[in-house]
Amino acid sequence: LTGAALRRVVVVGASLAGLRAAERLRADGFEGELTVVGDEPHPPYDRPPLSKELLAGEIKDDAVALRGRDELAADWLLGRRATALNPRRGALALDDGRELPYDGLVVATGSAPRRLPELDPALPGVFELRTLDDARRLREALAARPRVAIVGSGFIGTEVASTCRKLGLEVEIVTLDPPLAIAGQLASRICSQLLAEHDVRVRVGRRVTAWLGGGHTEGLELDDGSRVEADVVLVAIGAAPVTGWLEGSGAWLGNGVACDAHCRVLGLQGVVAAGDVARWPNARFRGREMRVEHWTNAVEQGVAAARTLLRGASENTTYAPIPSFWSDQFGVRFQSIGLPGLADRFEIEEGTVAERRFAAAAYRAGELVGALSCAAPKGLVKLRARLARECPERPVLAA
Amino acid sequence: VQVRVDSDVCDLHGQCVITAPEIFRFDDDGELQYLDEVGEQLRAKAEAAASICPTGAIELDP
Repeated sequence: LTGAALRRVVVVGASLAGLRAAERLRADGFEGELTVVGDEPHPPYDRPPLSKELLAGEIKDDAVALRGRDELAADWLLGRRATALNPRRGALALDDGRELPYDGLVVATGSAPRRLPELDPALPGVFELRTLDDARRLREALAARPRVAIVGSGFIGTEVASTCRKLGLEVEIVTLDPPLAIAGQLASRICSQLLAEHDVRVRVGRRVTAWLGGGHTEGLELDDGSRVEADVVLVAIGAAPVTGWLEGSGAWLGNGVACDAHCRVLGLQGVVAAGDVARWPNARFRGREMRVEHWTNAVEQGVAAARTLLRGASENTTYAPIPSFWSDQFGVRFQSIGLPGLADRFEIEEGTVAERRFAAAAYRAGELVGALSCAAPKGLVKLRARLARECPERPVLAA
Repeated sequence: VQVRVDSDVCDLHGQCVITAPEIFRFDDDGELQYLDEVGEQLRAKAEAAASICPTGAIELDP
């Protein structure tokens, strides 16, 4: 079923990707029943400020609300979790026992923080950061001016380190990989310098072997026998796609839900996916399989998935984006396009790294694969145009 | 379609310049410049730019 034949669409996930998908369905003329299911009690909100302005107490909680929900003419089932999908009956089961019939469905359940067996977030003083409620709890804990240990040094870990230093708190990072390694060598090098300049001790290559404490957190024991003293521990070691509710549905699962080049979920009919949860072959990077946890992808893939659901797949619905991300920390904004994490060489096109005002091209085996910039958005836009030319869309074999 | 960028909210991410170069651009000083009114044929572009602005600084009317 596509287009006019669709009567009931359910969007599973009430965050950025789900909201943008729902908006696009309406904007493109879908007039049937639209239901959005979200497992958090909150209407859609923006996550990037959670590790920064909101955690620092610089903005109020309602400032993170995303606009657009009220104009949607949709039923919002918030605080409700999807538990199973039955494609034969065309029904989605919820945790309150209810079943929602659908003939079109958008999978946008996002991802959830990965956990360590040694650091259960139920322990006193142990935190993770994904939701607004997580951010509120951590903010409250930071108000007692604790010594903070952060496990992991990706975007969340380094941004929270920055926020803690801004609040004047002592911070130490324990990490297997170098800081921001996922963003490529250049970002990693600059981030390491920023952490050092701001007196954040970083223990690279170390693993946590034990939580130390009783009624509260006293610290961490590491795999070299050393200890980190801390009153608060944030576990920020990445996120895993939320797909448990799709087990047994026929959907192809594994590192997210597998999609074709048009965001259609493999193994199901009338189901598309978007955002952190979706893995798909990007026709622009030699059909490379991607799962992208960044903000802009949630927007673009939400829109693309909705288009495919309404119109059916065609050459116009191929989802072949140039991914991008940004990260604000220690007064510096990293911005990237493409896949700078794959680069083996960076070339500065504009500005200087020393001034932290530059745009750099990222190459892998001599081929442009992306770009990284600090405080030079114009240079980044230029490099993006070049990447779009040098790395064009090519057909991906149909699944 | 009328286009308005709230300069207090805009943080110069440049996503609009990427998404809708027909409407938005950076000038030589790196400041954002844009057309404050565009025809119907650019509505989809304007909407895409508004929806991908990380700070929600772009407003369209109607």
